[in-house]
Amino acid sequence: MGQTMFDKLWQRHVVAGKPGEPQLLYVDLQLIHEVTSPQAFEGLRENHRQVRRPDKTFATLDHNVPTADIFNIQDVISRKQIQTLEKNTKEFGIRLADLGDEDQGIVHVIGPELGLTHPGMVIVCGDSHTATHGAFGSIGFGIGTSEVEHVLATQTIWQQKPKNMGVHVHGQLPKGVYAKDIILGLIAREGVAFGTGYAIEYYGDTIERLSMEERMSICNMTIEGGAKYGCIQPDQTTFDYVKGRKYTPKDLDAAIANWRTLFTDSTADFDTIIDIDASQLAPMVSWGTNPGMTVAVDEAFPPVSDENTRKAYDYIDLKPGQTAPEIPIEYAFFGSCTNGRLSDLQVEAAILKGHQIDPKVTALVVPGSRRVKLAAEALGLDKIFKDAGCDWREPGCSACLAMNPDKVPAGVHCASTTNRNFEGRQGAGARTHLASPAMVAYAALNGHFIDIRKVEA
Amino acid sequence: MEPIKTISSHIVPVMDDNIDTDQLISRDSLKEVAKASFADMLFYGQRYLASGAKNPAFPLNDPQRAGAQILITGHNFGCGSAWEHAAWALRDYGFRAVIAKDFNDIFYMNSIKSGVLPIELTDAQCELLAALPATAQVTVDLPQQTVTSAGQTFKFKIDPLWKSKLATGTSDIELTSEFNTQIDQFEQDNN
Ligand code: SF4
Repeated sequence: MGQTMFDKLWQRHVVAGKPGEPQLLYVDLQLIHEVTSPQAFEGLRENHRQVRRPDKTFATLDHNVPTADIFNIQDVISRKQIQTLEKNTKEFGIRLADLGDEDQGIVHVIGPELGLTHPGMVIVCGDSHTATHGAFGSIGFGIGTSEVEHVLATQTIWQQKPKNMGVHVHGQLPKGVYAKDIILGLIAREGVAFGTGYAIEYYGDTIERLSMEERMSICNMTIEGGAKYGCIQPDQTTFDYVKGRKYTPKDLDAAIANWRTLFTDSTADFDTIIDIDASQLAPMVSWGTNPGMTVAVDEAFPPVSDENTRKAYDYIDLKPGQTAPEIPIEYAFFGSCTNGRLSDLQVEAAILKGHQIDPKVTALVVPGSRRVKLAAEALGLDKIFKDAGCDWREPGCSACLAMNPDKVPAGVHCASTTNRNFEGRQGAGARTHLASPAMVAYAALNGHFIDIRKVEA
Repeated sequence: MEPIKTISSHIVPVMDDNIDTDQLISRDSLKEVAKASFADMLFYGQRYLASGAKNPAFPLNDPQRAGAQILITGHNFGCGSAWEHAAWALRDYGFRAVIAKDFNDIFYMNSIKSGVLPIELTDAQCELLAALPATAQVTVDLPQQTVTSAGQTFKFKIDPLWKSKLATGTSDIELTSEFNTQIDQFEQDNN
């Protein structure tokens, strides 16, 4: 019996504990943001504890940041939370990418882009989308505040090893169908809890052809299918991405030689396998109030099958039998840790270039980090977005979650490149429709979704 | 953390599936920087009407169910964001156990760490408990790993390590400090 890549990564990080029982894992990197850390630092202080490895800890500000004017935080409670992280990181000697800092941005965007994230690691963060980092051939997972405190104090975490699931994605993606549609299609078919208890590894020729940014979008949304961990075997694409970044390991050749040992011995080592024929996928749009309530752009919304779907239809104000192009879109959101990277902005800008968004639509473009913003501006993308009628913002989580001034108004349908369409996620009463960056760009132009296979073919 | 042995109480059923942590707590409570009480923020969206008054249709507001220490719910409870605030809100409200058809993995750990016992029972068992009269008593016995009500007893599973932590209320960091030599050794070997 061989091992999966996840098994190998796990085994290399066990500090104590027997297989089959919760084990103490060593953590190579903890990423921190302002929301899930204050009580952890308070706990350290109460018990007179130190941060064991400030050098393996990196903090940023993202959730509360006002993206219109980052230095002008009107909300006093948000300001206090931001100041608390500034104070805590200073007191405990942790590097903080503060507001205006060249490294600041959404935690799952900056880790990879700074080279903090690379293959072979265990990475944790008080945030469920930490699965993003698994795209590098690492174990990345979201933890709660008690666990944040535990990792700060001990650089380790108690975990029960999950089972292994392989998601085999093969075949050529049709025109107009993107990485986002792979993960939305998977969750639409398998539901929002199929991954509970599993670590997922995505593999197959489709995955091998994807860029790192596309791979990150897929791993990012793994948690939307219930799995805490999503990962992809590192390959030349990974090594090329990691090269030359700010915190990339110094002896890269030796590191790569080690990373090449990270692979699943045989697909027989997975406890279960799911198969996806990418050539059969379509552009996806969520119609309901969880990411599983998603259909292909030309597919009718399902009948009311239970209390959960009935409530979803009530909230979203749509009817069974309708299709995505019938949703009246009045808001478009471009950003988040799922699709706030440079390649996403490039796809969107190419579609918007020389056009005007529908006059009924308000569109917000929020780069995932300051580096993404600067790179986009160097390419003139900001101008394309602005000329098309979009609002070009400072980096942060923005309207991905309604925790800062950016909110989708109540009752408004928003085409969104984000990851969650829960009730109230983008604002009280806001109606979110998850889709790929290209789908959202076309929805902004037209005031409704279109089947982009027809225009992109 | 208050140790858990047995919990005897009436129950509150909120039987939706996929109750996410965004539903369990208000966004404002996430901005809190202190270890405050999050009791009033639990199920914020459903518990209160637009006027701010209590929503009489929501089970948590049923006067007969006031003071219940056990929540009964559906599938995939606690999905979504990793906010431990959701578990704190349950704890601060007075819940000491949540019985669900199944749990989200991140929430499950947060619940253990917060001293709220997560119990997974079958669909039929959960439905049966949810249908009990509002005043019915349910007893959770952690040492025996059982849930008992109206003469019926259901067994549940829990990892022995998590069980002992809940039963003793020991802090994780204290326990881990016993492994300091191993951690030092690991750092030496991997540097
Ligand atoms: S962008 Fe959205 S999903 Fe990602 S970390 Fe921020 S709030 Fe969470």
